[in-house]
Amino acid sequence: MVEANTTVADLRTQFGNELTESSFRDNHRVHVPPEKALDVLTWLKEQRGFDMLVDITAVDYLEYPDATDRFHVIYLLLNMTTKERLIVKVPVNLPDAALPSVVPLWKGADWMEREVYDMFGIDFIGHPDLRRILMPEEFTTFPLRKDYPLKGFGERHNFPVLTRAES
Amino acid sequence: MAVGMPENVFLTRLDAAANWARSNSLWPMPFATACCGIELMATASSRHDIARFGAEVMRFSPRQCDLLIVAGRVVMKMLPVLQRIWQQMPEPKWCISMGACACTGGVFDTYAVVQGVDRFIPVDMYVPGCPPRPEQLIAAVIDMQEKIKRTGTLTGKEFETRTTHMGPQPFDVDELRRMREMVPVEGLTIYDPPKLN
Repeated sequence: MVEANTTVADLRTQFGNELTESSFRDNHRVHVPPEKALDVLTWLKEQRGFDMLVDITAVDYLEYPDATDRFHVIYLLLNMTTKERLIVKVPVNLPDAALPSVVPLWKGADWMEREVYDMFGIDFIGHPDLRRILMPEEFTTFPLRKDYPLKGFGERHNFPVLTRAES
Repeated sequence: MAVGMPENVFLTRLDAAANWARSNSLWPMPFATACCGIELMATASSRHDIARFGAEVMRFSPRQCDLLIVAGRVVMKMLPVLQRIWQQMPEPKWCISMGACACTGGVFDTYAVVQGVDRFIPVDMYVPGCPPRPEQLIAAVIDMQEKIKRTGTLTGKEFETRTTHMGPQPFDVDELRRMREMVPVEGLTIYDPPKLN
């Protein structure tokens, strides 16, 4: 079984030392700058056999102590042969919160990227069909951003009222 | 007793007869979106047996129903569906809002959950509880029968006088921000959606 930190070491020789790593319990995480994200993910899939993309999600670090970036987009990868798991974290910042889409690598990224776009407003360049997946089409904001109030901006009550007389 | 009337004949108003018939054969439209729907099923099943009150004919088509039972929370995406179902039901029709979520939004005071279906469709009877016991729903059906006998007519015209309700209240975003003690971030353009390629 390939150790995750050997993969990370290979990544650093391949892509430079701005890739940092961290770990919590048995989770191995590698932090990748956004301009190298697609290259790193392609390399991980094609050279290291991470053939399954378990999930894509994001975290908003607004008002978070010691945070340097607004969002982290998080890719959870799994090597189906060696059962090795790797977490790739990519920082993204406003106003141009955008990343290259990984749908060409993993077909399953389609709806995951749509969900991250729907909830956080992060654009995935090259996605074949980037539109909202959970919220209604006419929704204009991104509800999992930390500066979006829990109760919303009144979208939930922006509907016509049916009365007895007219229904 | 009028002259010439047989013994097994009685006189009443047509309204009263129609209301009696309607109230004892309510056909519910189950709009079950959450755990209240499970209690609704329990109410319909053998132990509680809503058939004792003539309301057992659950039809999953609004065209055949006259009692809408909203059981569970309703979110933004579901509300247009609920309104469409209400409009598809033929007159006369009534509505029971079952459970805390359907009545007020319940614990789901979030951006996507409608805070009470009575903001957007007319509601005749509210059933509190989270979820309500089947007995409570049966009590609501019995109360609904009383209400139908009292207020229903052949044409449903009397509903026009019962159109009062508040509707959505104006919404102060800044008040929410103050409640959350949130400091607006200077120069942050977060509400512009990103450009789609």
